Amino acid sequence: MSGTDLKLLGTKESLFTYRIVWALKLKGIEYEFVEEDLFNKSPLLLESNPIYKKVPVLIHGGKPISESLVILDYIDETWKNNPILSTDPQERAYARFWAKFVDEKFYEASIKAFFLTGEDQAKGVESIAEALQFLEGEIAGKKKFFFGGEAIGFLDIVVGWIAHWFQFVEEVGGFKVMDSMKYPAFDSWTKNFLEVPVIKENLPPHEELRRVFQGFQQMGLAAVGAKE
Amino acid sequence: MAEEGQEVKLLGSWYSPFVFRVRWALKLKGIQYEYIEQDLNNKSSLLLHYNPINKKVPVMIHGGKPIAESLVIIEYMDETWKHNPILPVDPYQKAMARFWAKFIEEKFTVARTLILDGEQQKKEVKQARDVLEILEGELKGKRFFGGDTIGFLDIVLGRIPGWLGAIEEVACIKVFDPIEYPRMKKWMDSFSELPMIKESLPPRNNLVQHFHKFRQHGRDPTTRTGFHY
Repeated sequence: MSGTDLKLLGTKESLFTYRIVWALKLKGIEYEFVEEDLFNKSPLLLESNPIYKKVPVLIHGGKPISESLVILDYIDETWKNNPILSTDPQERAYARFWAKFVDEKFYEASIKAFFLTGEDQAKGVESIAEALQFLEGEIAGKKKFFFGGEAIGFLDIVVGWIAHWFQFVEEVGGFKVMDSMKYPAFDSWTKNFLEVPVIKENLPPHEELRRVFQGFQQMGLAAVGAKE
Repeated sequence: MAEEGQEVKLLGSWYSPFVFRVRWALKLKGIQYEYIEQDLNNKSSLLLHYNPINKKVPVMIHGGKPIAESLVIIEYMDETWKHNPILPVDPYQKAMARFWAKFIEEKFTVARTLILDGEQQKKEVKQARDVLEILEGELKGKRFFGGDTIGFLDIVLGRIPGWLGAIEEVACIKVFDPIEYPRMKKWMDSFSELPMIKESLPPRNNLVQHFHKFRQHGRDPTTRTGFHY
């Protein structure tokens, strides 16, 4: 049975797209993956996400949903098996708060550190370190994943890109923040996360990511408009 | 897990449109709460304790546990007090509401015009007008974004009726033209006329004074950090 009723528009390197891939795979949902060329966007993408023209977009029964966090919520509400969010409102609020924090503070600081140089880059790096310290505080003392359980959930999926993509942001951007001595709990979390079968089997190859980030660096800040 | 009947406190500031979102949501659900005004230029130990990450308002404290970020608080409220839902019940409609809220949060940052000049200010004004144009299209034949009664998006956009005029005045800009956005104009009037909104909005003069102060501090890089709008 093919998932023609469910399409995911994305790219094979987009960290935001992978959030959706992981969620769909965790729930065993069939879907059709449509690879987009972000420098030559398809009519389907432009029609489905006219506001941002970005990936990922989930199209369910012909109806499009954009923005990775919105899509994750929608998936959890529509397919109730293997929930990625807790049923407890306070835990859900916690996950949403930290997801927003990661997507704003950590991500934006990463963009700064990657594209800028000198003083501006240093400021970006400092912001990343601050954000990482907060995340370290949140994961320390938890058993394995962000909700203290054995299974990954919403927040692990949202933070997940840091476990695999971030090393190339550092390498190509020319800075270093991640440090297993300074952030031991986060380091443990990273190792545990990457061992989860659904994650392990669904990660873009290192060389691809390196190539993509090198491309972004050449484009400069204009790349942020086109990318993910 | 906190329960419906447990004590609710709200840390806020009188001029924050984000705090008002939560206050309107509380009113819609008829929830009793204790409001504690915060001085954001002299942060209380209460605020620093309950929101050490952002150190901002609003913060809701329910059964002793804090929730921060206005939209996260509203989702929390809908899940804890299930009557009079603010977000749509249908998952797709809910996704649409959440998408629009994110778009507005990201792109409707017109308050920045208070501390910008020249080209940067012009860019911000243009962006705000682009958002208004998109919203104008979304209103097509509806009284409110939520339909016949106000919902999540109306609450998210509440800062337009209450705050935009004061921002335009202090920043010396023109963003909202009622002739260009007739549906938005109607929406603004309908929204502002609702008793619960009318009686709650901060007086325009107070906002204007506050924004003048903000503009002063904001344009001086040495005082900008920490001064809150």
